[in-house]
Amino acid sequence: MEPVVAPAPRGHALRGTNVGDRLYRGALTALALMLPLLLLTLVGELLLSAWPAIRRFGGPFLWTSVWDPVAGVFGAAPMIFGTLASSLLALLLAVPLALGVAIYLTEFAPKWLRQPVAFLVELLAAIPSVVYGLWGIFVLIPFLRTYIVPPLRAALGWTPFLSGVFYGNSLLAGGVILAIMIVPYIAAVSREVLLAVPASQREAALGMGATRWEAVWTAVVPYGRAGLIGAVILGLGRALGETMAVTMLIGNRHDIGLSVLQPAYTMAAAIANEFSEATTNLYLSALFEVGLILFVITVAVNGLARLLIWRVARGTAVGSRAL
Amino acid sequence: MSARRLRRRFVSGLMTTLVAMLSFVAVLALALILGYLVAKGASSLDWSFFVKNPVPAGQAGGGVANAIVGTVIIVGFAALIGLPIGIGTGLYLAEYGSGRLGWIVRFVADVLNGTPSIVVGIFAWTWLVKPMGHFSALAGSVALAALMVPMIARTTEEMVRLVPHSLREAALALGYPRWRTSLRVVARTALAGILTSCLVGVARIAGETAPLLFTALGNLNFSTSVLQPMQTLSLQVFTYATGPFDEWHRLAWAAALVLMALVLLLSLSARWALRSRHGAAR
Repeated sequence: MEPVVAPAPRGHALRGTNVGDRLYRGALTALALMLPLLLLTLVGELLLSAWPAIRRFGGPFLWTSVWDPVAGVFGAAPMIFGTLASSLLALLLAVPLALGVAIYLTEFAPKWLRQPVAFLVELLAAIPSVVYGLWGIFVLIPFLRTYIVPPLRAALGWTPFLSGVFYGNSLLAGGVILAIMIVPYIAAVSREVLLAVPASQREAALGMGATRWEAVWTAVVPYGRAGLIGAVILGLGRALGETMAVTMLIGNRHDIGLSVLQPAYTMAAAIANEFSEATTNLYLSALFEVGLILFVITVAVNGLARLLIWRVARGTAVGSRAL
Repeated sequence: MSARRLRRRFVSGLMTTLVAMLSFVAVLALALILGYLVAKGASSLDWSFFVKNPVPAGQAGGGVANAIVGTVIIVGFAALIGLPIGIGTGLYLAEYGSGRLGWIVRFVADVLNGTPSIVVGIFAWTWLVKPMGHFSALAGSVALAALMVPMIARTTEEMVRLVPHSLREAALALGYPRWRTSLRVVARTALAGILTSCLVGVARIAGETAPLLFTALGNLNFSTSVLQPMQTLSLQVFTYATGPFDEWHRLAWAAALVLMALVLLLSLSARWALRSRHGAAR
């Protein structure tokens, strides 16, 4: 029998020198390069536009509170404070809620309920920000005014956090709406993290006589800790940059106050409100600097979150014990 | 049973109930938002709402025809710009993304994904509105496209990666060049997934408002010129909700309901596209 001889492979096809291949790769590379290019121009434009304000005010821009467009003096402290305060308030409310959802869906819920509930919670992320704002103005604020603020006042009215008159638009309203908005993100990532925890963790705990809750709390949650923290920080990143709903609810006042019942301001809201009425170049430049600060903060926060989630998502949960 | 054991069982039951209740609260929030949208918006949805333009402030009646058309145009153009770049980048990442450039692009996409949309908005302003000298729907589309590309790139990559390696190897072994393998075998297999990622991307930007504030700006009149300011549903909701008139508030709820329905339709069809082909894949 004649030995079967394969035709000699066309060398160029194997080495990828095919013209079509090169064109295809070149085209895809060109498209892919547009993203880094976009980021570079974005950072460049922000820096360039913010430069007059950076040179004029320097560091004190970050910690002074005077925002006087007429006199041409700008300090962003109130909005930086308001951004952080409203986001932290949102985390305070959203983290227990979202973790509860994630734990319930991965550990306790009946099988038939898991997918539908997960879907419904994820739908919260699909609601446009401006719709949250609308709902906040006409539903949430009246609700807070009637049912939440009076009892809160009665119990904790003596603390500085609940002083002053509640008009509606306030840090509290902004924080609550942000909390609802970030719950789906935190819940979805937390759920994935908890699903990635090996069953042996649960089984070992249950085998040693732990109750179901003890198994979750002592064996499952600690195992996924790094990823869960990542999920929370991801939620924080979302909250920091959120614009419309907060603009509509937080009251937009350049003030630093501890009371959650008072109006505040955020960086995103300041840009949304004042950008189109910025008449002088310096005013505009100051708003660009606010945008730049916001950009830098969110990039840092998101980077941190992804780092933490990546470590878990690789499946081995490397380093989760170190945290 | 010892008291200690009883207490542990009690705590376990209590916490189980608590997390179940928290899940209920989250779903309740969704139900309340959607419920109020329907309750307050549905009654204003009549024929004139869809075919008439806004009337001057303070007058009753009028519709949001200009905003509906504007939304379709702005989002359509954004998709036209964003989808090819997003899908191409996603294919690049899945096919050639193992090197340093792939790492950089992936990292940049993640950074841009987390960038606040308002920052992208002021960027589009410096880039397009300022040089052109006036606000335009096109600038709004570009801003929305910039928001869309990183997301579509990452999800497309994931979807393409789901395609079994054996399929690619089979095509290559048959003598297909890489590019045809990639397009006709790999991308085609992942088509439902890619479609899903596109729909998710469009759904996300359809409701965006912040990047349009200083680009598309909004327009009281009917306009289809992409070089002029244009109204969208999201901008309309913002203006009407924060305005002082009851009539505006009524229209805001109705416009929000339409916007929500549009976004839900896109999100649900994204899910459906994935499920119909990939049933088991997810």
